[in-house]
Amino acid sequence: MTDRYQSVVVELVSRLVVPAIQLFALYVIAHGHYSPGGGFQGGVLLAASILLLRLTQGREESFRRFPPGAAFTLAALGMLLFVLTGLVSVARGGVFLDYAALPLPLASTASLRYYGILLVEVAIALTVWGTLVVIFDQIGTRTRDV
Amino acid sequence: MKALSLAILGIFLVVLLYAEGGLPDRGEPEAPANMHVSAYYIERSLSDTRTPNLVTAVLADYRGYDTLGETVVIFAAGLACTLVLLRGRGDRDR
Repeated sequence: MTDRYQSVVVELVSRLVVPAIQLFALYVIAHGHYSPGGGFQGGVLLAASILLLRLTQGREESFRRFPPGAAFTLAALGMLLFVLTGLVSVARGGVFLDYAALPLPLASTASLRYYGILLVEVAIALTVWGTLVVIFDQIGTRTRDV
Repeated sequence: MKALSLAILGIFLVVLLYAEGGLPDRGEPEAPANMHVSAYYIERSLSDTRTPNLVTAVLADYRGYDTLGETVVIFAAGLACTLVLLRGRGDRDR
C-alpha cells in the first residue's frame, strides 16, 4: 500500500496532478464566499493531494515531502486558529465568534465579518486536511505492519 | 427474539408514519423552520457579511458555533483513530 508504485506513467502523472489539486483546493477555500466550496471541501482536496503522493511516491519520498507529524500539527493548528478567533472576539468585548469584534484594521463591520469567515474557513481546511492525512497514515501503516 | 425485534420495528414504523402526517409540506412558507430566522438570513446576509454565498454566511458566521462543533468532531475522529490504532501496535510490540 505504501510502497513506491513501479510505473513511470503513474509517477509522472501524479507529479503533474498533485500541485494542480492543491492549487484548486486553495481556490475552493478562497472562493467559498462566492461559489459552492469552503473549508471542508478545500481541506478534503488538500488531503487528497497528499494521499495521492502517499500512494504513488512511496513511503520514504512522501514522508520526506509531507511528514506524518506535520499532519497532526496542521490539524491542531486549525483547531487553535478557530478557537482563538472566537476567544479574541470575547476578549475584545464581543460574543464568542462575533467577527465584528476582531482587531483587524477594517472600517466596516461587514468587511470584518467577511475576513472573519475567511479566517474560519482556513482553520476548517487545516483541520480537515491534517485529520484525513492522519487517519490515512494510521490505517496505511497498520496494514503494512500486519 | 427475532419476533420481538420485528414487533418493535413495526410499532416504530407506525409511530413514524403517524408523526409524518403532522409535519408541514416541503417548502411550506408557514412552516416553523421558514418563519423564524430564515427571512432575516436571506434579507440581511449580504449587507451583514458582504458574502454573496448565503450558505457560507450561515455556516461560518451566523452558525459559527455549530461549525466549530463539526470541526471538533472531525479532529476528535482523527485523534480517536490514532489512539485506537497506536494502542494495537503497542500491544504487539510487548
